[in-house]
Amino acid sequence: MAGQTDPHVSLFSPEEVEFMAEDELVEIVPNMNMEPLNFIAGDFGRFIPQIPIQVPLWLAVALKRRGKCTFRPPGWLSVDNLTQVLEAEREPQSKFQALPFSYVEIARLLFDHARDDIPDMYMVRSLVEDIRDVRLHKLENNLGTFLGTSAVKMENVSAMEVNLVRPFARRALEAFYKHDKPEAAADRNTRSSRQPREANDEPRRPLRQR
Amino acid sequence: MASSSDMGSADFESLSSTSDVELLKRAWRNEKAAPEILPYEGDLVERAKGQIELVEENIEAYVENGIDPLVVSLYQMDLDRTQFLLRSYLRVRLLKIEKFMFHSLKSEEAESRLSEQEKVFARRCADDLAKHFEESVLRKLPENYQSVLKQSLISEVDDMVPEPHLDTFVACRSKSHFTLNLYEEGESTQTEEMYRGDLYFIRYKIVKGAIESGKMDLI
Repeated sequence: MAGQTDPHVSLFSPEEVEFMAEDELVEIVPNMNMEPLNFIAGDFGRFIPQIPIQVPLWLAVALKRRGKCTFRPPGWLSVDNLTQVLEAEREPQSKFQALPFSYVEIARLLFDHARDDIPDMYMVRSLVEDIRDVRLHKLENNLGTFLGTSAVKMENVSAMEVNLVRPFARRALEAFYKHDKPEAAADRNTRSSRQPREANDEPRRPLRQR
Repeated sequence: MASSSDMGSADFESLSSTSDVELLKRAWRNEKAAPEILPYEGDLVERAKGQIELVEENIEAYVENGIDPLVVSLYQMDLDRTQFLLRSYLRVRLLKIEKFMFHSLKSEEAESRLSEQEKVFARRCADDLAKHFEESVLRKLPENYQSVLKQSLISEVDDMVPEPHLDTFVACRSKSHFTLNLYEEGESTQTEEMYRGDLYFIRYKIVKGAIESGKMDLI
């Protein structure tokens, strides 16, 4: 149903985050002829065998599943690049490395549907998983360093990671803000919205879906 | 069909390359992440509805003419995606109206953010709810406490009306380079430089203006 995910868990469900990532452009090589497609989302040109073309991810996956094309994996999804990124992420005290905003979703969709198009697929997949682990760990550590800031800058964090951290970060930052401004907070409490508060304040790590 | 947006501001790049689907996605995302109801994107919704109807007719025509089922199914997918965005956008707004029923009818400004149908919905909801409260509880309370909106006659403000929590922290990304005042007027004027593509967790109140003018996006 095009409706509501439970707002107390996280604003966007993982499926919705994936939905947003599916508009990213990727390169494919069609193996058949097809007329241009005039979608609401845009026009995608003639499909000619062996001529690479850029299409949104959802379209690419649909074509791939019907055996009509092969993927050209994006530049960042190579063993060399990922090894480099992983090394850099593992440095103590390092910042987050630059990765595409939707790297988790793109990688996941490619692994599920286009394994044969990625050279050294198993290596690449384990690298991406390791990178995810290291970054999540770093995120958790960073969360412990929030102080009374009113804005927290997060460089190079990806969409899925933001979505995971959002509920906890929100409540933590709100708590800090409230305690920093005691007079304003007392005022706000009498007019605050009557939403039931959750009993448990601990951040819940969502189970990883396999 | 890709059509360009007609926002007044925005740089040339976004004017020429933003399709309606992109705009709808942005509106949907912002609406989901914001704690209050944002102004209604009437034009966008109308255009989207028009395009959806057009594509639905086309698909019927294709099926009759025996066009390659693959092509038909691809058009159907695109249609489904756009329909999802539109429906979810409207549903998120309805949910917020239900949550903040009395608040959205209180002031001109709040009411102006709703579409005509949403206003009708909000009024009916508010009337029904008020009636329900009165009949089940309020009539039986002592005279001074019988109002739906105020705790008692001596309250100066409508303190029984839940208000959107504007101090919630939201994740947002800036689309262009500008400086943002981190505090409200009258407090310290600490500013922050926002470069294109920077991601921040900030209080909603501070970025409200930037979001409405299109300089930032909620994530």
